[in-house]
Amino acid sequence: MNNGIFKSKHIYTEFHKFSGRAKLEREKEPIWIARDLSKCSGCRKCEIACSFYHENRIWPEASRIRVFMLVPGLEFPHFCAQCQDYPCVEACPVRALSTESKTSAVLVDEEKCTGCAQCIDACPGRVPHMHPTEDRILICDLCGGDPQCVKVCQEGGWDVLKIVPRKNYAYELYARTPEEVTRDLAVKMYGELGEGFL
Amino acid sequence: MIFGYAGNFLEVDLSTRNVKEKRFHDEVLRDYIGGRGLATKILWDRLGSRWETVDSLGPENILLFLTGPLTGFFPGGRICVSGKSPQSNGVVGSTVAGEFGVELKCAGYDGIIITGESEKPVYLFIKNSDVEVKDASHVWGKDAKQTVRLLTKECRELLKKRFPHYGEWREPSILYIGPAGENRVRTAIVGAKWTHAAGYGGYGAVMGSKKLKAIAVKGTGPLPEVTDMDKVKQLTQTVCKDVYESELWRRWGTGSAGYAVGADTSSEPIRNWQEEWHDEKSFGVDKFENRVWIKPYWGDFGCPTTCLKIAMVKTGKFKGAITDNPDYELQAYLGTNLGIFTPEENVFLSSLIDDLGMCGIQTGNLLGFVAELFQRGILTKEDLDGIEPKWGDAEAFAALARKISLREGIGILLAEGTYRAALKIGEMKNVDLLQYAVQCKGIGLGAHGLRSGKDFLINISYACSVQGGDHTSGAFLPLNDFRSELVMTFNDSAVYCYFNIFGIPRKLKFKFYKAVTGLELTQEEWVGTKALRILQLQRAMLLLGGTDLRWDLRIHDENPLRFYDPLPSGPYKGKAVYKPRFARDKKRYYESVGWDENGIPKSENLRKLGLEDVDAALEKVR
Repeated sequence: MNNGIFKSKHIYTEFHKFSGRAKLEREKEPIWIARDLSKCSGCRKCEIACSFYHENRIWPEASRIRVFMLVPGLEFPHFCAQCQDYPCVEACPVRALSTESKTSAVLVDEEKCTGCAQCIDACPGRVPHMHPTEDRILICDLCGGDPQCVKVCQEGGWDVLKIVPRKNYAYELYARTPEEVTRDLAVKMYGELGEGFL
Repeated sequence: MIFGYAGNFLEVDLSTRNVKEKRFHDEVLRDYIGGRGLATKILWDRLGSRWETVDSLGPENILLFLTGPLTGFFPGGRICVSGKSPQSNGVVGSTVAGEFGVELKCAGYDGIIITGESEKPVYLFIKNSDVEVKDASHVWGKDAKQTVRLLTKECRELLKKRFPHYGEWREPSILYIGPAGENRVRTAIVGAKWTHAAGYGGYGAVMGSKKLKAIAVKGTGPLPEVTDMDKVKQLTQTVCKDVYESELWRRWGTGSAGYAVGADTSSEPIRNWQEEWHDEKSFGVDKFENRVWIKPYWGDFGCPTTCLKIAMVKTGKFKGAITDNPDYELQAYLGTNLGIFTPEENVFLSSLIDDLGMCGIQTGNLLGFVAELFQRGILTKEDLDGIEPKWGDAEAFAALARKISLREGIGILLAEGTYRAALKIGEMKNVDLLQYAVQCKGIGLGAHGLRSGKDFLINISYACSVQGGDHTSGAFLPLNDFRSELVMTFNDSAVYCYFNIFGIPRKLKFKFYKAVTGLELTQEEWVGTKALRILQLQRAMLLLGGTDLRWDLRIHDENPLRFYDPLPSGPYKGKAVYKPRFARDKKRYYESVGWDENGIPKSENLRKLGLEDVDAALEKVR
């Protein structure tokens, strides 16, 4: 019998199978934070969540994800894109940076890091920045696979940040300087006028 | 030291360029908290004994930028701007949203106290404890968008030069004035982020009188320690969850009210309050949403609501105008109050008012007043430098606004604001114009009429408020009503956005206060003593007034006369504020807050609150 109940049950089972598999994959495969920058409301809850998690304080400058607002209305989160080739890791003269195989995040060895800033120059988006009170660099570590910034962004429904499985895409495209991102968003939001705002 | 505070306040004397740090006793912070409460206390202590001789636009006035202990913690960051108001000659706690308060606390300061006045235009650049008074001649005369652009660039370049290995520097948070503030226009604002404003009070004019174009602050430290961080997290979650359930509040903000307050509650200013009802569907929230909102959710530090939207006109002669929403107040005052009922014209005027650094409410009130005088033939095209402010003519209103911001031609008179302009033009024309001035104690009314009785304010809200026409601080009975200015003072003293507390239990904000500061506070204690003390201080300074005007409360604790004319149209046609009932409620209110029959705080009540010096000072007016 091919009635409605059977159909919906079938779909339900399929859905479970699918989501179960996705979850399994997520556990064993690295993740990436997909980002839709033009949706950012500028609420900075991601910074609050990040600094809560890493510092147990509200500390916007110590957040590994930072919202830039070089032009009002063009707020966006600036954080590590986990490039395929990891130029920051390559550039570190003291081998303080490494990649975590489980998550694909860049990890900073706080003991080794001297705060030389060479990783900042190596990053095409100049994403890493110095801890405000210590001589060490800050880079998104994906919270060990459970990024807090994504949680709050999703909870609030802004949907700027979303976890996806890491595949073979050119993630390094998302490593751009704040100026460059702002210039692009300015055109998208404000059109020709936008070019004069930066 | 109490938790939640950075501990230090920054005091800058612009006359001598002397910068120092200042601390307040825990006792003072416990009683007055911060923001509006602390501003009132500071102003009273320093200027109270000679209040009536202090020119609000002179070097002796003190300009305050104060956070509160909850700033940055409670969702929705704001900063409170205060001083002696050039509108009411009293004290107004005027708050503006943004990251400024958070940056300031992260820089190690709970507030900034500005005294004196600079000879040349300057701006302050604060990076943690490095405080510089910098030349601002290159941004003097620039509008809001240009000022933000130039100072953002300049400050970031400075930071980069000084700290080359830090990485990319984010923008500092900037408070600024536009041309109107520079020209001491009494409706000038202190602005943030192009479109945000501390409007009520007229503190942009005070900033301009001190030749302080802007303050830029970058703080790299954490927010101060709190008593119980887990509790703060938990309460934050409660507030956010509640907000997330209010889908349309988040989606529309107050932007749905430009239609609804006219059509449903009949309490929207239309053509200078000659009417309060309209059902122009061209002004519906869907029109704003579909035609001009290019960013649907826009917010400030930690805000779950993000009720702001960015609006931009895409076609026609106003193409390229950018502002936020406009929110209800500006839909009303730069829309319906001027006979304007399309999003495009409304966005155009709001954008211009932002750029000039003027208050949308106060300026819309003033422009409506002028247009009614023009409608009645009291002011002519010749009087108005060739401008004809006909209802609905956005360009004519824009031309007037520009003249006001520059104090040019007729703008010289109008830059004094609705009340003072009414007195001066009335004198010139030998006619009483106060009946057309919809204001209270020098402050143009918020866009919430009283005649239909369906809006959230009541008959005594404006007349008995210590902040006059300010719709966010109305007098209410009972005193602990959630809309009462005694209750509201908490939001403006702890300094956060009260748009995030509509759905949560009333006790929660005090629980939040305890989780941050460690101090117990109840609504009863707040309303009955601490807020009441702040209210009496504000009332005392309002009473002392000066230098250009003083209020006789027997006359001026009064509604705008227009509210006694029956509504001419709509479902509440014929309704008006009923005078005998107003008189009765006013009397009851006076008794409840301990004022005598003339509206002056009674000696015994002041002494009970420990305000003996206030009592002595008020002998002058008793």
